[in-house]
Amino acid sequence: MATEILMPALSPTMEEGTLSKWMVKEGDTVKSGDIMAEIETDKATMEFEAVDEGIIGKILIAEGTEGVKVNTAIAVLIEEGESADDIVASAPAAEAAPSASPATAAPQAKAPAAPIVDTSPDWPEGTPMKQQTVREALRDGMSEEMRRDDAVFLMGEEVAEYQGAYKISQGMLDEFGVRRVIDTPITEHGFAGIATGAAFGGLRPIVEFMTFNFAMQAMDHIINSAAKTLYMSGGQMGAPMVFRGPNGAAARVGAQHSQDYAAWFMQIPGLKVAMPYSASDAKGLMKTAIRDNNPVIFLENEILYGRTFDVPDIDDHTVPFGKARIWREGTDVTIVSFSIGMTYALEAADKLAEEGISAEVIDLRTLRPMDTATIIKSIMKTNRCVTVEEGWPQGSVGSYISSVIMQEAFDYLDAPVINCTGKDVPMPYAANLERNALITTDEVVAAVKQVTYK
Amino acid sequence: MAAPKKTKQPNVSADDLKAYYKDMLLIRRFEEKAGQLYGMGLIGGFCHLYIGQEAVVVGLEATAKDGDSRITTYRDHGHMLACGMDPKGVMAELTGREDGYSKGKGGSMHMFSKDKNFYGGHGIVGANVPLGAGIAFADKYRGDDNVTFTYFGDGAANQGQVYETFNMAALWDLPCIFVIENNQYAMGTSQQRSTSSAEIYERGKAFGIPGEAVDGMDVLAVKAAGETAVAHCRSGKGPYILEIKTYRYRGHSMSDPAKYRTREEVQKMRDERDPIEQVRELLLTGKHATEDDLKTIDKEIKAVVNASAEFAKASPEPALEELWTDIYA
Repeated sequence: MATEILMPALSPTMEEGTLSKWMVKEGDTVKSGDIMAEIETDKATMEFEAVDEGIIGKILIAEGTEGVKVNTAIAVLIEEGESADDIVASAPAAEAAPSASPATAAPQAKAPAAPIVDTSPDWPEGTPMKQQTVREALRDGMSEEMRRDDAVFLMGEEVAEYQGAYKISQGMLDEFGVRRVIDTPITEHGFAGIATGAAFGGLRPIVEFMTFNFAMQAMDHIINSAAKTLYMSGGQMGAPMVFRGPNGAAARVGAQHSQDYAAWFMQIPGLKVAMPYSASDAKGLMKTAIRDNNPVIFLENEILYGRTFDVPDIDDHTVPFGKARIWREGTDVTIVSFSIGMTYALEAADKLAEEGISAEVIDLRTLRPMDTATIIKSIMKTNRCVTVEEGWPQGSVGSYISSVIMQEAFDYLDAPVINCTGKDVPMPYAANLERNALITTDEVVAAVKQVTYK
Repeated sequence: MAAPKKTKQPNVSADDLKAYYKDMLLIRRFEEKAGQLYGMGLIGGFCHLYIGQEAVVVGLEATAKDGDSRITTYRDHGHMLACGMDPKGVMAELTGREDGYSKGKGGSMHMFSKDKNFYGGHGIVGANVPLGAGIAFADKYRGDDNVTFTYFGDGAANQGQVYETFNMAALWDLPCIFVIENNQYAMGTSQQRSTSSAEIYERGKAFGIPGEAVDGMDVLAVKAAGETAVAHCRSGKGPYILEIKTYRYRGHSMSDPAKYRTREEVQKMRDERDPIEQVRELLLTGKHATEDDLKTIDKEIKAVVNASAEFAKASPEPALEELWTDIYA
């Protein structure tokens, strides 16, 4: 059967090209792989190979022709005993790929003017409480989930025999053994990849990074392998796992060990990001993170590890993702923060109260999903907002919150939102410089006074 | 191409030989069709064809059992067909349609099949190597005797994470077969210009991982080497490296003018070493099949491939709602 040879697309962007040279002439026999022509694309001159066997019955486009559109018939291939005239009219033009639909992608649903907010308590009234450090709460959260599900295991540098570089996994090797509490070599890129593969394969890994600064070595697996595979596989397989470890500044450990990655991870669809402040949230969010069927970035804070909080003394304390916690109710201003930033936010609220300014303090607890409804509802009452975080200002968590407020509560604002952030510098070592690079309570107080015109 | 070590030819039945012929021919014809559809604008973006390398996956799949897994890079169509994925679903993914393996959301480089333990289809060079070791880790954790075939190229073999993975795979005795598909060119850079060692598999020695070079144009040699590797891994002795010396006839991707090698080099390989022709010869000289038998097989394969192309053209584009699904489980 005579078939038309069409002008090929030879690059992802090619729409037309120049038929520079025919390497065959009418009557020649060609077989798969033979060069038939040279075609000049927008990128290069390419050789165009025959795919089918046959005889060149007719050349339809002369060499040297410019601007030959992709899918134009350039020659006719015939079989032995056929004539080029066997092709009746030109075969219907090959179906072009349907063009992408015009940009009518559904806009993301807007939050309603009066957002619905989940204000249910995290635990029932009268629940017995115990005092625990964030460190102990994290360990208990992991251990409870490992008792519950054999597919959960912990892997990282110094998590087993050393008992954790920051003693988060203290005692876990004794309880769970070497099969489930696994010391790795110092190869973040490699073990993050192995853990992600294990998650594809049906396990539920917890990967400890000694600090999230070292997770930069593993960034490709966190983003490209763990976060995107569910989507790329059409929902067939994903990575139910937790990447956890201390994030942000500790004390005088310099620029390479002191970065807050909240805003980076928060940007990625496919990841969830938890960033607790209190011990009860550290435990409750950890248990939720391990049970979640998606990759969760769990950003801890070294300075908070030793702080003590009340933790509900019950069998299975979990905290849902996407539900902020209002630590302090107020009427004059909304202060939004998370993790270590809550320290400054709460201290500032105490100081402001002494001056007669009533601040509402919201702990986001998770940044993705983010409970913006609670922020908007609060601003409808206070009409003012200050965000507090340790990270850098450009592209910060606060700048995202500000944009949401602009879009959803602009009419309620009586002052521009202020983002209190770390200074726009790498972390210095000198004690005085480091103090000044970090966000301070006084800066939060000053910001609140600015938005309340006090 | 350095003369690869000849591995002992296994005894193979006529039926097996015919099956390898069919499986390799299916990949060849499928890829030719994919190239055609790309030329017609029905397949977009990147499209890396496997033509010339067919004996690698067909030889190794002949050694796999149910429960074994496989993972590879972006040149992945052959692996999918060889492990039994439906050509229609693969082709429909290439055309970006809803009946594709990833509902049209992955494309040529990103296809998966939970059903066939095919874990992709990964576009970042080297990244699938620790992922493959992780799948093997999961099998070992559960106490299965499954193995994972982790395929990557000579170019990926220079990535640091490959050696991080070799270290941990050896340390933890992971049942992982590292298959280096050495087609001699990392995109346009030849092995001599990119790689310090002539025999890449020897790098495993630094980690105590055994390995060997294999003639990747000879499906029987690949199968024999695969049997050694599988026996090693399955018996709990840890990972194994197969450096399979192969050759891709086409460019790195569709838009590769291939100026880094001569036309004669490619033609010589096609004429003298073609993996499909070699099996064809064995079938004919061994009187396992007649020319007519082979013609019948060719026709059958062509029908399967044409049906996959028709299916891939007829399948609708994914619904716009799909934009927002499968982001979270």
